[in-house]
Amino acid sequence: MVNFVGSSLLDSVRIKDVTCTACGMLCDDLVVARALNSNTLSVVEHGCSRSAALLQHPPAKPSARVHGKEVDHASAIQAATALLQQAKQPLIAGLGTDVQGMRAVLRLADHIGATLDHMNSAAMLRNTLVVQQSGWQVTTLTEVRNRADLIVAIGTDIVSALPRFFERCVWVEATLFDQAPAERDIVFLGGRHDDLGFASSPDGRPAQVLPCDMEQIPELVAALRALVTGRSLPVDQVAGIAMQDLQQLAQHLREARYSVLAWSAASLDYAHAELSIANITGIVSQLNQTTRSAGLPAGGSNGDSSVNQTSVWTTGYPLPNSYARQHPDYDPWQHSSAQQAAHADAVLWISSLDPSRRPPPSDTPTIVLGHAAMQFEQEPAVYIPIGTPGVDHSGTAFRCDSVVSLPLKPLRPSPLPSLSSVILDMEAALHASQKGDAHAD
Amino acid sequence: MLTKLTGGRVYDPAHGIDGQVMDLYIRDGRLIARPGDDEKISKEYDLRGKVVMAGAIDMHTHIGGGKVNIARMMLPEDHRADPVAHSELCRAGCGHVAPSTLTTGYRYAEMGYTAGFEPAILPVNARQAHLEMGDTPIIDKGGYAMLGSDDYFLRMLTAKKDQNAINDYVAWTLHASQAIGIKVVNPGGISAFKFNQRALDLDAQHAYYQVSPRDVLKSLSRAVHELGIAHPLHVHANNLGVPGNLDTTLKTMGASEGYPLHLTHIQFHSYGTEGDRKFSSGAAAIAEAINQHQHISADVGQILFGQTVTASGDSMRQHANAGLANPNKSVIMDIECDAGCGVVPFKYRDQNFVNALQWAIGLEIFLLVDDPWRIFLTTDHPNGAPFTSYPHLIRLLMDKSFRNDMFTKLNLDAQAMSTLAGINREYSLYEIAIMTRAGAAKLVGLHDRGHLGVGAAADITVYTEDADREKMFSKPDYVFKDGTLVVRNGQVVQVTWGSTHTVRPEFDRSVEQDLRGHFDRYHTMKLDHVKVSDDEIAEGGRGRVQVQPCLGRREKTR
Ligand code: SF4
Ligand SMILES: [Zn+2]
Repeated sequence: MVNFVGSSLLDSVRIKDVTCTACGMLCDDLVVARALNSNTLSVVEHGCSRSAALLQHPPAKPSARVHGKEVDHASAIQAATALLQQAKQPLIAGLGTDVQGMRAVLRLADHIGATLDHMNSAAMLRNTLVVQQSGWQVTTLTEVRNRADLIVAIGTDIVSALPRFFERCVWVEATLFDQAPAERDIVFLGGRHDDLGFASSPDGRPAQVLPCDMEQIPELVAALRALVTGRSLPVDQVAGIAMQDLQQLAQHLREARYSVLAWSAASLDYAHAELSIANITGIVSQLNQTTRSAGLPAGGSNGDSSVNQTSVWTTGYPLPNSYARQHPDYDPWQHSSAQQAAHADAVLWISSLDPSRRPPPSDTPTIVLGHAAMQFEQEPAVYIPIGTPGVDHSGTAFRCDSVVSLPLKPLRPSPLPSLSSVILDMEAALHASQKGDAHAD
Repeated sequence: MLTKLTGGRVYDPAHGIDGQVMDLYIRDGRLIARPGDDEKISKEYDLRGKVVMAGAIDMHTHIGGGKVNIARMMLPEDHRADPVAHSELCRAGCGHVAPSTLTTGYRYAEMGYTAGFEPAILPVNARQAHLEMGDTPIIDKGGYAMLGSDDYFLRMLTAKKDQNAINDYVAWTLHASQAIGIKVVNPGGISAFKFNQRALDLDAQHAYYQVSPRDVLKSLSRAVHELGIAHPLHVHANNLGVPGNLDTTLKTMGASEGYPLHLTHIQFHSYGTEGDRKFSSGAAAIAEAINQHQHISADVGQILFGQTVTASGDSMRQHANAGLANPNKSVIMDIECDAGCGVVPFKYRDQNFVNALQWAIGLEIFLLVDDPWRIFLTTDHPNGAPFTSYPHLIRLLMDKSFRNDMFTKLNLDAQAMSTLAGINREYSLYEIAIMTRAGAAKLVGLHDRGHLGVGAAADITVYTEDADREKMFSKPDYVFKDGTLVVRNGQVVQVTWGSTHTVRPEFDRSVEQDLRGHFDRYHTMKLDHVKVSDDEIAEGGRGRVQVQPCLGRREKTR
């Protein structure tokens, strides 16, 4: 029995210290109310619009479907299993799940020789390539909260990626080391942002903004790196930003005691963005010759960090990767969904956290293990509704800094099965039919 | 089910048994006394002529947690050279320097190891460490929680909090992290690095907290002792890898004022500054000091030549060493006002003067420390070499002519700086059994492991005697885990899930009040979410938590 800790408030129960998985920040301080009659959830304290969206879906248990026809769970499992069994090159994609879901996925993938890719892997890979090519020097949210005296957000306003970042990590009440949080300096370098009011200090000091188009970020970060390294550039502006401003920023970075350079891999959406990230982390590395500085990869959603971590310890490789040759293989270009779309003869698409993340349209037979509120433009061959970790059942998720992981607890009684239990059912069906085959021989 | 292991030559140092021919009996996963004649033996193994020991225990191996996973993430090129395909029984993965969790479990078991302890569990990262260890099959596991650069502790120290309050915090950490010991890494230094200090010697002051590593060591070693837990404070000393750090290490031995200390990967802390290159062996002085000081134990952290990766909580020293990375990449992190880490790939080469001397220094220490109960066989996997090189290391210790052959291949200047060739000692099977079984179990505090007495868990390894010790220890005939045959002829024949060993000293729970306030005020995570539950560890049938006994709390020992 699940024990729903909370205090009853007439017709609803308040649940404290709820962990939100809607972005990579994994705030674990939410207070959520659950209506006793309907089991619907609402964020009462410490949420943001994204957390509200995560929890907005009323409890539902749609029927499983095969080719659009409602069937019972067992028949859907049979149909899904049969598809995977026939497939020579199955692709498991989407992967919107948590650690426990990914553990089950990896076991299945090992068994059937599947290729694995996460819906966010194009963005994730920009960071991964930097770690694999040069490494980096980075920090985590609590360090930022207590130490950062200068935060430079590059090509991102941060809050699009992590909505509560300024509330929880910047304009806080107190820091451990006598630093007045209100004195922190914030710089937005590159990109164009509408409203940056949230970045003004509590005493009304606005952030410094040095805007440029996203496509110009590569030259901008290369120039800043050169300046931080002590070289001078014979131009009077880069990407429309005055050289004097950039020189001042370089100086500011050198003088800061603990600067944090944040970027969001998802918003650096252009070819070879990993080179821009390498330049950002190169700046950090240079600064650390004399003072302290750290990078902060901001972002994440749909369990990308959890799934990537679990994949790395189980296979050795981040996503995308493949078990097609009986052992894990890693070729980020070859194994990406985009490439695999052409080769895969069956797709298993998983999205348990966000119903709007549907499989890309394709002619390949597709099985969806998805959120109960999922609507399709193209009905998949098989659809089996699954619960959301941290809403319908327990689980574990990793934060965007890849260090902190949090236990996810169910917020309501739910008839929806977890991804791992559906995969167990599929494995049992696979096993039974393989036994059958052996007998037939 | 009653199993009999008949006629093996048994090495069980916990009971003083040195190669005696004996029968062993197993029921329900435990060793039992000789049963009555009327009891039916369900399965008998003829072990005549074989060598029988308890399953080996690696008391310091980086097998789970953030920095290990960073190492994996960073090194696809290394994994590619050692792909592991799935078999009927075992799942796929990868091996060599930063193996996948599954492969780690299989390969340890196939080498006759039945337990491994992750030495650097950051409390904020404990969940990940246990998740990874939970995906490591067959072997038992556990770990040491890292303290000493966490801001909560350093604030207590600066505020001169009562020792009992510190003890309560240390105990809370053991519970929350599900750990069996406490480790300190570069005492105070990881925090000092965040304040831009680049070195911290034993008596230097932390720039912000105005406390010294000596203060940290005194306080934590005393806490560990007063909590009555078996494993002494596990110390990764200051100045890792720095020529001349020998002095720091010798002083560190005295810093606890008699409270027990375990000095880990001591090879990396035994360097002098003699000779033209200002780098020399401090092994003789270090071994002598260990011999003299009964409260000191150490593991070696032997280096072996080839590619590896260094993964450490010591962000200060790893940052300093990042320039030596091979391949040229490194990850350095500041972590959650709790700790830090640094991952730097490394290639040790026998023609490199420093590397060759490091190799010799490790072996000198092994051979010059008299008491095998206080020196332990580690490569600090993967920092000195991957754990799969243990059979090779055992041969180096047991076979002088082999060792000397290897020595003559080293960089000549390094040979000239080492006394290794003049040391005649060869470890006996009994001594190997002490270092890797009985002694390790005693040190970690595993009361029912590492020995073959009645009531012990039936973790047993059986070898065929071979003059080539590397061959012998690479491929045991049989490995039993909790009485189940898991390995035959060096191959996994059954996959089981081991236990996670912890210790839970009593403490005053009101310590949580202040700690909770601290987390709410300064952290980005709730205190209750730091705690790892038993259910999380046992989830999905992946083993269970086994709480090892501790002596009980000692209030204010002086
Ligand atoms: S900031 Fe992110 S984790 Fe926090 S409440 Fe909003 S969506 Fe959830
Ligand atoms: Zn270590």
